This record gives sequence, structure tokens and C-alpha cells, in this order.
Amino acid sequence: MALVLTEEQSMLRDSARGLISDKAPVSHLRSLRDSKDETGFSRDLWKAFAEMGFSGLLVPENFGGSGLGYVEAGVVMEEIGRTLMPSPFLSTAVLAASALARGGNEAQKSAHLPDIADGSLLAALAIDEGAKHRPLQTNLQAVRAGNGFKLNGAKALVVDGHTADLLIVAGRTGGAAGERNGLTLFLVDPKAKGVAIERTVMVDAHNAARIEFSNVEVNADGVLGEVDQGGALLEGVLNIGRGAVASEMVGLSEEVFGRTVTYLKERKQFGKLIGEFQALQHRAAQLYIDIEITRAAVLKALQTLDLDFDHAGAAVSVAKARAGTTATLAVQEGVQMHGGMGMTDQFDIGFFMKRARVCQELFGDSNYHADQLARMKSY
Amino acid sequence: MSDLENFRRETRAWLEANCPPEMRRPMTSESDTYWGGRNAKFSSEPQRVWFERMRDKGWTVPDWPKEYGGGGLAPAEHKVLREEMAAMGARSPLSSFGIWMLGPALLKYGNEAQKKEHLPKIAAGLIRWCQGYSEPNAGSDLASLQTRADSDGDDYIINGQKIWTSYANYADWIFCLVRTDPTAKKHDGISFILFDMASKGVSTKPILLISGYSPFCETFFDNVRVPKSHVVGQVNRGWDVAKYLLQHERAMISGTGERGIGRPLGQVAADSVGSDDSGRLDDAMLRSQVAAFDIDEAAFAAVAERAIDLAKAGQSHPAFSSAMKYYGTELNKRRHEILMSAGGIDALEWESERSRGGARPRAWLRTKANSIEGGTSEVMLGIVAKRILDLPGA
Repeated sequence: MALVLTEEQSMLRDSARGLISDKAPVSHLRSLRDSKDETGFSRDLWKAFAEMGFSGLLVPENFGGSGLGYVEAGVVMEEIGRTLMPSPFLSTAVLAASALARGGNEAQKSAHLPDIADGSLLAALAIDEGAKHRPLQTNLQAVRAGNGFKLNGAKALVVDGHTADLLIVAGRTGGAAGERNGLTLFLVDPKAKGVAIERTVMVDAHNAARIEFSNVEVNADGVLGEVDQGGALLEGVLNIGRGAVASEMVGLSEEVFGRTVTYLKERKQFGKLIGEFQALQHRAAQLYIDIEITRAAVLKALQTLDLDFDHAGAAVSVAKARAGTTATLAVQEGVQMHGGMGMTDQFDIGFFMKRARVCQELFGDSNYHADQLARMKSY
Repeated sequence: MSDLENFRRETRAWLEANCPPEMRRPMTSESDTYWGGRNAKFSSEPQRVWFERMRDKGWTVPDWPKEYGGGGLAPAEHKVLREEMAAMGARSPLSSFGIWMLGPALLKYGNEAQKKEHLPKIAAGLIRWCQGYSEPNAGSDLASLQTRADSDGDDYIINGQKIWTSYANYADWIFCLVRTDPTAKKHDGISFILFDMASKGVSTKPILLISGYSPFCETFFDNVRVPKSHVVGQVNRGWDVAKYLLQHERAMISGTGERGIGRPLGQVAADSVGSDDSGRLDDAMLRSQVAAFDIDEAAFAAVAERAIDLAKAGQSHPAFSSAMKYYGTELNKRRHEILMSAGGIDALEWESERSRGGARPRAWLRTKANSIEGGTSEVMLGIVAKRILDLPGA
């Protein structure tokens, strides 16, 4: 398969870009932040997303979605990255929809997927517990009780956890922390007894929550996939999330870079455009090259997820690691080359820097994925 | 089954049946590369068999037209062939500046007589070419070259000196930049001309490099007589040809190194450094360097694939080969720094049989030229800044 977007994918990109740049430029995020909006995103805009078919992009057609692939999901994420639009697309349309479509039984799929597709159901994935992404270290205890399980533990960085109508929670039903065996995914009603949700205001003005589970009862039919065997399902869903966030970082990097190059062509010092200085030209050229290489690596990962899902791990780790380092460089160079202006809140560049930092941590940072790749290659 | 899937199946079967097992192993020395030419010798029987079978199929130059000795493959078929060869680790049957550099320039700028004369001999490995570009005072500033071609009836008389001429001492013919109009502005008075290295007045002198090898020469022209019909493209418009050819040269150099072939770098490192109790490379800092390298290398493989696909789709920027050249050569230097670090004191031996004649340090030193030859890294970044980013005054 050619490593370029198809005509249909380009059209999808254009329509996503049209909607997002029109309705949700960076000023949209800024005003949600400044007004301390309780939802943290626009429900009207999510409705518009649903009408365009974006919320059901990964939902199979027989459950009311459009059954598209991960490349298409990445195309939308990249456009989100350009304006930093806060939206449940990642949490609900990418992560939850994938988890349900890949791991759900017929009853679970019929119960939730059509609602995700039409935009009426918001969902969130609760994985991380410690400061760093270590899915195998999952320690939230899920002990058999009666017909189901009792959950005890706490989750952090649950993206959109404060507005979710449905939680997908990774718990430990067996094995010890660090082991893949013994992981199980649960569908949990956030209104269930014993669930305490604290919205966490984040550096990037996007939405996340810390969630505590105290003796939360989950029915046997709330198990997503198989008991003790959720590790593979979880890893697959995380890989999809990694590919998606890597795409967001490509869009973010390219936008910051574009704004920076524009500035180099406008700002004068010492009687010259600062873009005439070779010290800046070479750094700009290096960053351009970095972004192009990362874009290729991310598209490769998404295509591999679509074509050969079970062997996409290496390509995904390459993409997430590259996207993290590239975005980090792009935002740092962006602020530096904008000089003092780059340090002001009034200027948008800072929003990109903050979001890039969060994207780095989501589902494993560059170091995590470099180490994963080394393990896959046995060294 | 689609035509392309059919082609893949047939190609795989043909390669299985025709590529000798010895030609599926990673190359370990210079003699594993077959360059062709009047005085060529095969270093082994499998090398000869493999070359001749591929030549007979036109697959030394799979995408060239059949009338010029090529395989006539469409871009998608060519990609399949590359993928299938890579999958079995098949070596390239013929290495040649004729294939990588001159051929594409002749296909674009040559007249019919020149194409008919030279392309089939390149495809069949009969003539080995070298490149006469750099001069002692024209390196990064190539267009300031001074080698002169003075008109004399139907001929030019060429006088001057070239430097860094790769394998000039083995080459049969040279493609050369000469000044045909000394009064014009520096980019405007240059012509691109072909001549036989056996011509009277041509001499070469190998240059000993820090690796201990002499892959480059100084090349001298003393009243060399060359027919005017050997100019490719228009007289005084040689810079267009030169630039076009440089794009291909840069694409070629960016691919330097043995991407994805053989054992993973981390395991090669573990061979000398050792592994800890959990089977991991027993040097955490080196391991992280290797992992960071592997990330960038895999990403670079993706962009190389994408560059070809973008070109096919007519969406590529002509200056992108400079971006590839910059990154690919810096990456290859990093690879060899890691290999030296991993090898430790074993990688310092220069002459023993144990060290295969100091193969590792010599290869390491060779890579230092990657970011100089064919345009330095700094020149590449300048081209990207100017032609792709459109930055002012560059």
C-alpha cells in the first residue's frame, strides 16, 4: 500500500479541517479555559462531529457507524492537533469504540456502539495508576464477589473521565503487578456506588479526571473480553490510542512549525528579517525534516494497524516515540524563535507547548516506547 | 488475483529459483560489490551467475525502458521487486554510478543517439562510469568550477583538474562538468560532457584517506580532445543537468548503510558488550542510544518509502532529496559511532585477521565522508531552507 493518503482520506481530511478550523480555532480552547467551563468542551460541536460521522468513524457499519480504519481516525486526530480542539473524539470515538468493537460481546456492542456513533454516549478509558504509563503494573483489584466482581483502587489521567457516561476500567483479577496475565477490562457505570470522580484541571486546559473505586460492584456481564485475558485486548486498544495521539502530535507540530516559519519571515532585527540568519535557517530546516520523517512513521504505524493489527506494535512504538520527540522540539523551537512573544499567554504558541507535554505522557512517552522497541528486538 | 499480486508471486518464485544462497547474505567486504566495466572481475561464481541472470531479465535497471536494456517495470512493479529482494536479503547484482546518477540524467536530457549508445552498456555492466564534479577550489561552491573546454572545430579541448572522483582509477568513462563559456556568470557557462577515460591526456592519482583506503582520486586533464557531440543537453546549460543528477546522487547517498538487513544493531552490540541476567544489553546507556537510533532508523525507512510513493503520485518536492541526504547520512554516522562504542577495544584493531583487517574502524571512518560528499549537511540544510521553506536571503 502506498504510504500516502488515498483520495477518500484526503477528502476526509479536508472536511475535518473545514469544520475544525471554522468552529474550533485555538481561541475556542482559550475561551473554554478562561471561562472555567464545567464541561471543558462544546457539546454542540460534538453533535456536529456526530452529524459528520466522525463519532462513529471506527464503529462497524452494522452498529450505526461508518466502519473506517485507523488511518482515517488519525486523519481526524491530526486536524484536532492543529487547533488543539478539546473533544471526546479520542476518549469516546477512538478508545472506547475500539475497545467495545474489538472486545465486546454482541449484547455489549448493541448496547453501546450505536450510542457512540450517534454522539449520545460519552465514554472514557481508565488505565494509568502511577505517575508514568505502565499498563502491566495495573494494580486496581477486582475480586470475585457473587455473580460479579468488586473493584478497589484508583486511576489517574482518565481522559474525559469527568463527563463519561461509561467507564472502561483495567483491573487485576489475577497475577501480580507487572504480569500480563490476570488483567481484565470492565465496563463500569460512573454513577455506580463507590465511584468517586475528581475532575483534574490540566496544564493543557484539556479534560481528565482522577477516579477512585471503593468496593464498586460490577456484574459478570460488565466484563469486556475474557477474565484474566484482557492484556492483549488492552494492548491493542492502547496501540490504537498511541497511533491516534501520534497523529495529533503531527498536526500540532506542523501547525507550530508553520506559525514559526511565518514569524521568521516577518520579524526584523538588526535591520534584517530574522529568517535570513543561517543559525535559524538550519534549525528550521532540521525541524522541517524531523516533522516529515515523523509524519511518514505515523502513517506507517496507522496503515500497519489497519493491515496487520497483531504485528503493529513495533511500528506504533516507533511512531509514538518519534512524534513525542518531534513535538517537543517543535514547541521548544516555536517558543524560542518567537522570542519574548512566545512566552506570553496572549500568544497561542504556549497552548501548543502545554498540549505537547500532555501528549508525550499519554500512553507512554518517547523513553517508554524506545524501551519497548528494544525489548521487541531482544536487546 | 490482481495483476500486481500475480507479479509478486511470479517475482518471488523467480528470485527463489535464481538468486544463489550466497547472494542472500549481508555483504562483508568491498569485493562483495560488483561494479562491472571493461576490466571487471567477479569475486565469486555465485556473484557472476546472479549478475548475469538479473542482467538478462533487465533487472539491473528494472524501471528503465526495455529498448535501453531495462526491465520496463511500472513504478508499482518496481516497488514489489524491491520489497521481494529485500525480504530475501538479495544483494544488488550491479553497483554503478551509471545506474544511480548518469542514467536518470541521460533519460531526461540525453538525445536519442546518446541514450542508445550509453544506456544499454550501463544496464549490461559493460562500462563503468565516474563523476567529474568537484575541483580543488570548487567543493560546496561547485558552480565556481574552472576546468575549461575550449572549442576547436568539432571538438573541445579540455584542461583542468577534478578531485574526489570516486573510483576514477577503475572507471572507463567520465561524466564531467566543464566551463564552456568563461565570460558568462558562474552557473551559466557550464556544460555537461561525456568522455572516455582512456583518452590521451587523462590521468588519475588515488588519494589515501583516513580509513586507509583510496576510493577517491585526483583526476587531471591535459589537452583532452572530446567531440562536441558528447555534450548532454544544451551547451552552457550543464548546470540544469548537474542539479538533476545531484538529486539522484543525494537520494543514493541517503540510502547509504545496511538498513534493516542482518542482525539488529542492539544484538550486534550485545555480542561484544554482553547481556545481563534478564537478557538485556548490559550497558543501559548504550542500550538507550541504540533504541533511539532504531526509532529514527525505522522512521527514516518509512520516509524513504513515502518519498518514492509521493513522487509516483506527483506530490513530491524536487528539493526533498536534500532533506533525505541530510538525515540519512547523519543517521549512518550515528550507526557507526554506536558500533565503535559497542565494539570497545576490539573495534580499535586496524590490521589483524581477527578484525577482518580493521573492517569496523575503517567503515566508521568512511562514514564521516557521507555528510560531505554529494553536498555537505550544511549545504543540504541551506537548500531546504531556501527551496522548501522559502526563507529569505538564503
